[in-house]
Amino acid sequence: MHASVVVFPGTWSDGDCIYALGTVGIESARVWHRESPTFAADELVVLPGGFSYGDYLRCGAIARFSPVMDAVRAHAEAGGLVIGICNGFQILCEADLLPGVLMRNQSLQFRCMPTHLVAANHDSPFTQGIAPGQALAVPISHGEGNYFADDETLDMLEAEGRVAFRYADADGNVTLEANPNGSLRNIAGILNEGRNVLGMMPHPERACEALLGGDDGNAIWLSALESVGVPA
Amino acid sequence: MPVDDQTLAAIALSRAEYDRLVTMLEREPTEVELGITSALWSEHCGYKHSRPLFKHFPTTGPRVLTEAGAENAGAIDLGDGWCAVFKMESHNHPSAIEPYEGAATGVGGILRDIFAMGMRPVALLDSLRFGPLSDAHNRHLFAGVVAGIGGYGNCIGVPTVGGEVQLAPEYSGNPLVNAMAVGVGRVEHLLSAAARGVGNPLVLVGADTGRDGIHGATFASVDLSADAAERRPAVQVGNPFLEKLLMEACVELAEQHGDWIEGLQDLGAAGLTSSAIESAHRAGTGIDLDTARVPRREQGMTPYEVMLSESQERMLVIPKAEHLEDVLALFRKWELHADVIGVVTGDGLATIRDGDEVVARIPIDVLSDAPQYELETVRPARLDALQAFDFTSLPDLDASNATATLLQLMASENLVSRRWIFQQYDHQVQNNTIVPPGGDAAVIWLKGTPRGLAVATDCNGRLVGLDPRVGAQIAVAEAARNVVAVGAVPTAVTDCLNFGNPERPEVGYELTEAIIGLSEACRVLGTPVVSGNASLYNETPSGAVLPTPAIGMLGVIDDVARALTCAPSEGDTLVLLGAEIAQDASTLVAAEYVSVIHHTVAGLPRIDLDLESRVQRLVLDAHAQQLLTAAHDCADGGLAVALAECCIAGRVGLAGSADVTGRLDAALFGEAQSRFIVATEDAGSAEALLALAAAANVPAVVLGVAEGDRLRLGPVDASVAELADAYEGGLGRILAG
Repeated sequence: MHASVVVFPGTWSDGDCIYALGTVGIESARVWHRESPTFAADELVVLPGGFSYGDYLRCGAIARFSPVMDAVRAHAEAGGLVIGICNGFQILCEADLLPGVLMRNQSLQFRCMPTHLVAANHDSPFTQGIAPGQALAVPISHGEGNYFADDETLDMLEAEGRVAFRYADADGNVTLEANPNGSLRNIAGILNEGRNVLGMMPHPERACEALLGGDDGNAIWLSALESVGVPA
Repeated sequence: MPVDDQTLAAIALSRAEYDRLVTMLEREPTEVELGITSALWSEHCGYKHSRPLFKHFPTTGPRVLTEAGAENAGAIDLGDGWCAVFKMESHNHPSAIEPYEGAATGVGGILRDIFAMGMRPVALLDSLRFGPLSDAHNRHLFAGVVAGIGGYGNCIGVPTVGGEVQLAPEYSGNPLVNAMAVGVGRVEHLLSAAARGVGNPLVLVGADTGRDGIHGATFASVDLSADAAERRPAVQVGNPFLEKLLMEACVELAEQHGDWIEGLQDLGAAGLTSSAIESAHRAGTGIDLDTARVPRREQGMTPYEVMLSESQERMLVIPKAEHLEDVLALFRKWELHADVIGVVTGDGLATIRDGDEVVARIPIDVLSDAPQYELETVRPARLDALQAFDFTSLPDLDASNATATLLQLMASENLVSRRWIFQQYDHQVQNNTIVPPGGDAAVIWLKGTPRGLAVATDCNGRLVGLDPRVGAQIAVAEAARNVVAVGAVPTAVTDCLNFGNPERPEVGYELTEAIIGLSEACRVLGTPVVSGNASLYNETPSGAVLPTPAIGMLGVIDDVARALTCAPSEGDTLVLLGAEIAQDASTLVAAEYVSVIHHTVAGLPRIDLDLESRVQRLVLDAHAQQLLTAAHDCADGGLAVALAECCIAGRVGLAGSADVTGRLDAALFGEAQSRFIVATEDAGSAEALLALAAAANVPAVVLGVAEGDRLRLGPVDASVAELADAYEGGLGRILAG
């Protein structure tokens, strides 16, 4: 598997994503947002964290118009794997590749802190390798990660098994106290209808080795590898 | 045309300084010449009161790569071709008026100093001082500054990993906001800020120029008067997104195309004026610059305004003439606007044009020759009584109150956890943060090597206020101790000298004594001063701030995997190094306990630098011999508070076995210097540590074993959970009013 890491002018997690992917043996290359590549069918496309265009307007509202987004959309529609992390998740929502929006944190403050996630779906390329109830220590770092959608959309996401991750405590219990930003139903990440597009606020690339505090984030990359037949 | 007193007052130039300029020029200056001279001769740019004192600083050492003050920041050799650059700078006055933008642009400014040297910024720290949080305006400033620091650092993608905050009435209305940045890179990519090569173009890149911040350097060099809010136009507005582009472009230029350029310089205080003229001064050249070619964001700006604007996110590049097009193309790729605004000349003059008209032509030697003042110094009369304060006149702490007092102190504004602050800062981006904020020092990994940097800031202004020389020594010692506590060797210092009006002899005394003390400690501890900044005139109508020489310490750690934290594990033996438990009442000097319980700040600060040095070496030796599992500086709040911090961090109690004798207040809450709490894994290690301490002539006492869920030592018996609740949640509760 090879990964393409999309870089907008204000992206800052591209290097971290490339490093983390490298720890599980996935080679990757940067793609500048003005490029219009055709991604290979088995390519993993990563939209990393950052402040794509400064995000003085709504986060991701300008990035969705970047030329590279046509290629990302085509890849997603063709069933290729796309993951948007933090600002990448915000961009996927703005680009209508995922439903809902990320509002300001309930605290009205930026939050950089440890959180735990449980997978709410074990049947997607990103989550199939994660055990039910397994709490993954993956940190957050955002000011606008408060997931919101109307009840109808939320019910649909639940019914279709498209909630990928929820915030939980260290034992894997989904509780109010474990919710760091006010996201409805503790939602930390969601999937598109085809389950090949994942958006999540927490940063798995920051949990990629013991020296940096843990490697739980790698479970997502390892799942993706497994989904294309590379044994974990 | 001779100028009137009102004009001189507006630009903070004295009549004598004006006359000096006329003598040097042998004529009256033009309006633009007067403006640029006043900015460059201001304290902020010209250090006219502080520079004569800089000779005291030790500035050289085996790892120092730069001459002090010669470049934008100091550079340190990390070995194997790697180097680190770092600097701390103040943004006090802007933050007093407009806390969010003042702090944000402080961060932006210090980052430009780092990438102007071609290095990639890898860490930010902030040393902050405010008045007490019981006051609503102080809370407003505090929350605004924290939000501004986060707003800039989070957006640009440089982790904010540390710093410290102290609150005292003397900072009310004049907060201190000192931002420190650290960059790393290859030695061969270090850039100079010199305008070399006659005929090379001057290229201005980044933001368009507006009227914001005109005479900001001058504003920073006068007292904050009651009408300071009227100075709001002197505060700039930050655009971290634009700075991100500038940073990426400049780092790319340094790393891949260093041969294209001669110099790179940021635009900070006094904008284009100081940037262009200082870089010409460094190279011994001249400049010929046309303000009409400077892109503006406002109409009708005069050459005077263009030269003195402090619009943010601008850099001055001096490409080699033959690579001008390459450099412009690189900036275009990063979607940045760059223009040729002038040329390097060989005539030693600063020639400023507005199209065809020459509006200033002044020798660079005149501009860089700011007047130098020998400070008049008078020891403040109040010190005698304060230093002579007899702590035995205070009733000792009642044993039955010890636990409640500890809980009260853990939640007090100067000791409470800073989590409320650092959880608003992205402290992990770049994936190098090995030890996050909240401990003694942060540890940043130099990826690709096993090595890392430990960084901390420190300064207890109360101690400096009571004895400027000893207080400054303690600031250096404690910053070094913080770095040692994570297992790193203290290596070099940046300082930010925050003082009142130096023209007052009492402030002159504080500044002089503090610089001498700081220098003495740096010599003993082997940490040269490689960069720094002076912020004087920190005064409001109610007086000067506490003298605050903030210290930024850089340490080097050979193996980041062996970095220590202050969290002991169940079963560890805790040992106090550097002192016995029993302490003289005089160690209550400026103690938080005395401030909170007895509402007094007094006493005679003391430190034995030789002992300090031995204790620090002992901790590093013991760690090298694999004897330590945790370490913590035992300072602010005293032994009981430091132990509680260890217990909270390790989520484990302490079964104290040591006797607490003598005055309880001094033993538990006295703030004697040169002390560490360390943890060892087993009895054998503890024995070895005690033997090592004895050989180093350092006192050492076994405190007890980490176990259970209660901290028990002498009369103290508190659950770790209640300590953690007081400590972790305290700041949020205080700020809620």
